[in-house]
Amino acid sequence: MAEQELELTGWRKWFAEIGDQCIFFTRFLRNIFTGGFEWSEFVRQCYEIGYRSMMLVGITSFIMGGVLILQLRPSFVKFGEEGMLPVSLTISLIREIGPVITALICAGKIASSIGAELGSMKVTEQIDAMEVSGANPVQYLVVTRILAVTLMVPLLTIIGDVIGLCGGFLAINLTDNISFYLYFHKCIGAIDFSDFLPAFVKTIFFGFAIGFVGCYKGFNSNKGTASVGIAANSAVVTASLWIFFIDAFCVQITSLLFYR
Amino acid sequence: MEAVAEDKKQTPKTKEEVVIKIKGLKKSFGEKKVLQDINLEVHKGENVVVMGRSGEGKSVTIECIVGLLTPDGGSVKVFNEEVADLKDNKLKELRMKIGFLFQSGALFDSMTVRENLEFPLTRVLKIKDQHELDERVKEVLEGVGLLDAIDKLPSDLSGGMRKRIGLARTLIIKPEIMLYDEPTTGLDPITSREISELILDMQKKYKTTSVIITHDMECARITADRVVIMNDGVFIAEGSFDSLHKSKNEIVKAFFKDIL
Repeated sequence: MAEQELELTGWRKWFAEIGDQCIFFTRFLRNIFTGGFEWSEFVRQCYEIGYRSMMLVGITSFIMGGVLILQLRPSFVKFGEEGMLPVSLTISLIREIGPVITALICAGKIASSIGAELGSMKVTEQIDAMEVSGANPVQYLVVTRILAVTLMVPLLTIIGDVIGLCGGFLAINLTDNISFYLYFHKCIGAIDFSDFLPAFVKTIFFGFAIGFVGCYKGFNSNKGTASVGIAANSAVVTASLWIFFIDAFCVQITSLLFYR
Repeated sequence: MEAVAEDKKQTPKTKEEVVIKIKGLKKSFGEKKVLQDINLEVHKGENVVVMGRSGEGKSVTIECIVGLLTPDGGSVKVFNEEVADLKDNKLKELRMKIGFLFQSGALFDSMTVRENLEFPLTRVLKIKDQHELDERVKEVLEGVGLLDAIDKLPSDLSGGMRKRIGLARTLIIKPEIMLYDEPTTGLDPITSREISELILDMQKKYKTTSVIITHDMECARITADRVVIMNDGVFIAEGSFDSLHKSKNEIVKAFFKDIL
């Protein structure tokens, strides 16, 4: 129960926050398996988080695919290897750019919205009201949101990757002429299981980090209107940092397992 | 500070059982000592009004009663059970017997009035039968005179209506104790009076024991069986509204100076 703001500074504050996050994580885990699952709220969150982010992820991925092709083309032309453009785009998009860009967009959109929503619920005493009524706010608000983001971010990444490849196809056809069938034949031929699986697995961790940080920041915000903004802002910053840390860690693991 | 017992002989002490017993309650936030030595007994069926200046710790006192805050010292017993010692399940059972009306109403703003009222029934009492849910929702909404608002969102309601719906949501689980945190704050005098009379009507109808935190003298006059005055983290005076009105104590006189 984060009822009291301890006046800690520096490292002590940092360690206290780590401790708080561990307690919050334990509460989350305990509430997944006890007291019934809020299916209707989970489905609603999947719709809010997944479906409502699809347009943004789609547009960004489409532009990203196109821009990558336009940026890569001059160098490839210099070596007479413009035929390799679909292959390069696919590998970079599937392995790295697709998951990270999608996760960063979701950190901006989803982590901030969860942080602000739960923060404002805290300020307006809605979370306290849930708790004193005997209902479980962690089960209703936290478990559903974290699991929904953990499920939706990998799906959004797959959709974003496919749309990014479509953007690449359009960009190639601005200057060259390649059929849709040949382009996608080259794209699919360029990747195998070891490209797709590690990228997919890391998006699950990205999703969890986004959901967890958003919920933690919102749920533990102070009782003042300014704290809603602070919760939303720090949720985005912290989730983005987590995405880069997880990405760096996953790349090391993937390199050891698949690319030696 | 020396406690002033005001005209205790006139206090309508009943022979009913004590449902809330607070002894030597202490609570600090950082360096600030909010509650220093709070002692209070509330009898079954009694309406106790707690008055005091802003920031004196009135809300902290009732948050300790419901277990939202953990006391630093002393004892808070509700139905003879020490609240701070209760495990999660026991605390949940206790909270099912306590209704808490927050200052803002604390309605869940993503839900309609109907969903707000059904929330404690489906999550806490685990009622699944839609017919029973409809009956209970209709009953409390009729009680607070807002049956027409059943499908409205909280954002479409006025301050007074939100307070009424908040009251309906707490009463729907038929609590034995009601805790009101400034139920008339921010309302015009006519609506304040209506809410105060509604509190009294609901108390008679549902036979609840109530602790009411307020600054509103009219609300205190209408609802109180007994009034306690808080100053510097201790209760300094206790008695019926009329007996405190005649008090010689300067702090108590300051509260009643505008009352004719």
